[in-house]
Amino acid sequence: MNTHTQLATYNFAYLDEQTKRMIRRAILKAIAIPGYQVPFASREMPMPYGWGTGGVQVTASVLGPDDTLKVIDQGADDTTNAVSIRAFFQKVANVAVTTRTADATIIQTRHRIPEETLNEGQILVYQVPIPEPLRFLEPRETETRKMHALEEYGLMHVKLYEDIARNGHIATTYAYPVKVEGRYVMDPSPTPKFDNPKMHKSQALQLFGAGREKRIYAIPPYTDVISLDFEDHPFEVQSFEEPCALCAACDVYLDEVILDDLGGRMFVCSDTDHCEKRRADGHVGPLAGETAETAP
Amino acid sequence: MSDHSLLRVNAVTKFYGSRVGCRDVSFELWPGEVLAVVGESGSGKTTLLNAISTRLMPTSGTIEYRMRDGQFRDLYSIGEAERRFLMRTDWGFVHQNPADGLRMTVSAGANVGERLMAIGDRHYGNIRGSAAQWLGRVEIETNRIDDQPREFSGGMRQRLQIARNLVTGPRLVFMDEPTGGLDVSVQARLLDLMRGLVNDLGLAAIVVTHDLAVARLLSHRMMVMKDGNVIEHGLTDRVLDDPREPYTQLLVSSILQV
Repeated sequence: MNTHTQLATYNFAYLDEQTKRMIRRAILKAIAIPGYQVPFASREMPMPYGWGTGGVQVTASVLGPDDTLKVIDQGADDTTNAVSIRAFFQKVANVAVTTRTADATIIQTRHRIPEETLNEGQILVYQVPIPEPLRFLEPRETETRKMHALEEYGLMHVKLYEDIARNGHIATTYAYPVKVEGRYVMDPSPTPKFDNPKMHKSQALQLFGAGREKRIYAIPPYTDVISLDFEDHPFEVQSFEEPCALCAACDVYLDEVILDDLGGRMFVCSDTDHCEKRRADGHVGPLAGETAETAP
Repeated sequence: MSDHSLLRVNAVTKFYGSRVGCRDVSFELWPGEVLAVVGESGSGKTTLLNAISTRLMPTSGTIEYRMRDGQFRDLYSIGEAERRFLMRTDWGFVHQNPADGLRMTVSAGANVGERLMAIGDRHYGNIRGSAAQWLGRVEIETNRIDDQPREFSGGMRQRLQIARNLVTGPRLVFMDEPTGGLDVSVQARLLDLMRGLVNDLGLAAIVVTHDLAVARLLSHRMMVMKDGNVIEHGLTDRVLDDPREPYTQLLVSSILQV
């Protein structure tokens, strides 16, 4: 394996083989029990906690020399976190990298799921800050573990009840709790709830790594992932009033971009690869010509 | 009252190391009956209550409860999942300090609705409706439904705690000094309310108190504890009007007369 590594001092993909084995064991267990948080011996990584140490360890453990890696942060391939993690794996594993969703075999993500439907054989690795969905309602870890074990999830609905009582609707917009395969309630990491339906019956394998909290969990392909709700307040995703300003896409998640200090703004796709692909296909949004954006 | 008892407590003993919590306590409780456990502080009342309500494993002895299917089950031999389910459906536990029994940072409505959601109610409108109805029954204005308990007075918190426990229609309620820390006029109203609810709903209750007036008002039967032992046991009126044990006589004669 080391033939691929440029830096002789590092093992392939930075972690030593024993560590990767340990993490792969945790991943296998997580896949066997969808939605269950498996403890693992998280390592120090050359980056601070909160920057994706969990995701990086999972990626390093499943990455092979023939893989093609894509890293996104808030949907974008060109933000700091994405660029540095991508560069990290280029350096320590010498793997092929891409920004194209369809070409990637492993996609590490922070806060988004790509708009393009993922296929069999692809792996989506999430960076998770707080894996425990019950944490803010019940701070005792001993108690939340017991609640998971005994399937006592009434408390999760107390949170949603409070949302409706205060705001008239379920105001949780990200890290929206889901029930996996009818058993474990799981935190989908801080993705917008817009992305929750994409997790349901996904063809891709979804792995979640929380480095600081030392937990790994997983959703195997074709698994039921249902967002919690009330009968009279069903789960709904966000909708946007206008299409993407650059590629005119309607049914995608948009970011607001401030253009000047006079209140000028535009809404553009948060998934940069999806947006670029649409523009290459000839879709033109209302502001596409006015920006300094270079043609793809 | 029915022919079958609801709860059978058999020789329950709890040691804390070599120290006695309570020793060899046995009794039966029938549906709709209120039993008061009285005694000075440190006499083992709360230990006994916790042991019976599965919150504290006794050193020896058995506690059997008649489930809704009519079968008696030993509470410490059933699974933890079943025990916890029992605690939040068929039982209630009213703590002396309402902060122990309430979620102080979620609204009154959610506090009352939590048990309903825990047993699978998934209709917001219905949950809120039940919560409003129960707030009314415990004399909390319905427009306080979205306020958090930390904005409530001590008496209101205690009434909210009672509503939260009764919403699933339990058959047995444990109360640990339910009127402790409340001033006398609030105590009187709370006692009045509890008496009404216990009668209307046919609840069985075990009330631990050091206040003999509370015991007199609420309970049918009474157990007097001292140093972990039950020293006298009988109808409340009999024990209070004709105490037999010297310690009970002392206790009764110690009530302050106004």
